[in-house]
Amino acid sequence: MRITQGTFSYLPDFTDDEISAQIQYCIDQDWPLSVEFTDDPHPRNTYWEMWGLPMFDLKDAAGVLMEVNACRKAQPDHYIKLNAYDATLGRQTTMLSFIVQRPQHEPGFRLDRQEVSDRRIRYTAHSYATERPVGERYARS
Amino acid sequence: MADRWSAGVIPYAEMGYWEPDYVPKDTDILCAFRITPQPDVPPEEAGAAVAGESSTATWTVVWTDRLTAHEHYQAKCYKVEAVPNSDNQYIAWIAYSIDLFEEGSIANLTSSIIGNVFGFKALKALRLEDMRIPFAYVKTFRGPPHGIVMEREYLNKYGRPLLGATTKPKLGLSARNYGRVVYEALRGGLDFVKDDENINSQPFMRWRDRYLYCMEAVNRAQAETGEIKGHYLNVTAGTMEEMYERSEFAASLGTVIVMIDLTIGYTAIQSMSNWARANGVILHLHRAGHGTYTRQKTHGVSFRVIAKWMRLAGVDHIHAGTVVGKLEGDPNMVAGYYDTLRLGQIAADPAKGLYFDQDWASMPGTMPVASGGIHAGQMHQLLHYLGEDVILQFGGGTIGHPMGVSAGAEANRVAVEAVIKARNEGKDYLAEGDDILKAAAKKCKSLDVALDTWGDISFNYESTDTSDVVETPTPA
Repeated sequence: MRITQGTFSYLPDFTDDEISAQIQYCIDQDWPLSVEFTDDPHPRNTYWEMWGLPMFDLKDAAGVLMEVNACRKAQPDHYIKLNAYDATLGRQTTMLSFIVQRPQHEPGFRLDRQEVSDRRIRYTAHSYATERPVGERYARS
Repeated sequence: MADRWSAGVIPYAEMGYWEPDYVPKDTDILCAFRITPQPDVPPEEAGAAVAGESSTATWTVVWTDRLTAHEHYQAKCYKVEAVPNSDNQYIAWIAYSIDLFEEGSIANLTSSIIGNVFGFKALKALRLEDMRIPFAYVKTFRGPPHGIVMEREYLNKYGRPLLGATTKPKLGLSARNYGRVVYEALRGGLDFVKDDENINSQPFMRWRDRYLYCMEAVNRAQAETGEIKGHYLNVTAGTMEEMYERSEFAASLGTVIVMIDLTIGYTAIQSMSNWARANGVILHLHRAGHGTYTRQKTHGVSFRVIAKWMRLAGVDHIHAGTVVGKLEGDPNMVAGYYDTLRLGQIAADPAKGLYFDQDWASMPGTMPVASGGIHAGQMHQLLHYLGEDVILQFGGGTIGHPMGVSAGAEANRVAVEAVIKARNEGKDYLAEGDDILKAAAKKCKSLDVALDTWGDISFNYESTDTSDVVETPTPA
């Protein structure tokens, strides 16, 4: 399966040039960028691991892309996303967030149904990746 | 001039409701009314009459006014201006003391401002164009239970308009078939699906059955995409008790959002806002019925006023126009509604129909929803007119896709992502929109088919509700 979180998941994966164009747009808006990675892309997994701090003072798209590539090198089988943040009053939130690396094989989720009373069902999305311990989740076959 | 306190009838203007020298206070509630006086009624007298009838006055002098600080409680018409290029229309500017209104009550606010005065014989027609809600009064309302920022963080969706669809046909589907449409649309790429305003609990589909099937659909789609999805479960019902029962059941099934119709009334909306806040459920409002009083330029209440009231009352979503779709909406007027819903500080702008500066006192924004006759081929125009913080609802434009519901959803999602990508890359996405979409369609069959099916469809009719200062036809 293909996880479709993020602003651009329905488009073909971006080349580094395409990623750089998006980075430049964010820098032009004065939105600092940050890189995050995870081995559990559950839709409710809010806190992916931070690849360093948000790059508040970095105004160079090539520098941001370097961080993306450094994270890719360190975490070759994880999901990696690039976020842009707007700290202005009334906003103070993420403005753009898209996946820039996926594991070779995306195992996806199983839907568990717990049948309760009166036809109600409690649903749980089970992340297949989490069946293996941290560090071994996306081992290449 | 007759003595102010002589028994009998004297003009409103002479009773203190016309005060051209009055300087509005920061705490006053201000209104701009469009008045069409009866023949022989001077505009100042008509404005004073509106001020009087919407505050303390009755048709004759009453001595009991003298038991009060009446000058404080009287609304004051402080300016009357002829509307440019119109025949016998005037804008009357009226100030009301904040003491006239109960804290945190849209019902009370509206009972005063639009309570009696619209039936007043001395006026041929009356329209409430805009209101300035003072900072102090804004602070007596809690506003949207979540607001735009919290909603995006909750859903984990950033950087693009959200996408939705209204299940069609709007009436008649069984709950099981209805859930199928919801599932296909969500798994195809939409963020939300929606009940229509008149889907409540009819013989062909009872609410409880619908909720159960829709939540199966939502959860299946979430597991298939790894994205958070929602279906606006309409909880509109005949009584508050019934609405609470439906809402509680929806929340117990884990829905992220419920929906109400404007027809339930202002107090019910405020109660549902409290419920949504207490239960962490996003609240969607469909503006059912508003066209009866918002559309005609000389009569009723402008939608920008309804938008203000609903942001105060506390809804997270409200339908606010598409510009390019099948329903009424002049681009400038719609821009004014969207500003009113989304921004924190708004400057008066006659071109957008905004008569007053408005400070929202840090109240979160309400997400506008664009719904009605829009399709993937208009994506660049929709982004241009409506911006990014909006929910674009493609009902027919998803469900009517020749390859199926899920393909229709995918076409819309690919289109929005392609246009956002192009915009961020610095392209003139409005001028090059067709090419951007065609290029994206080369890699996406469902978008290609959507463009073939609907590419040429537009609704070009003149708007009835337009700005007085600019001429702007509805665009293609």
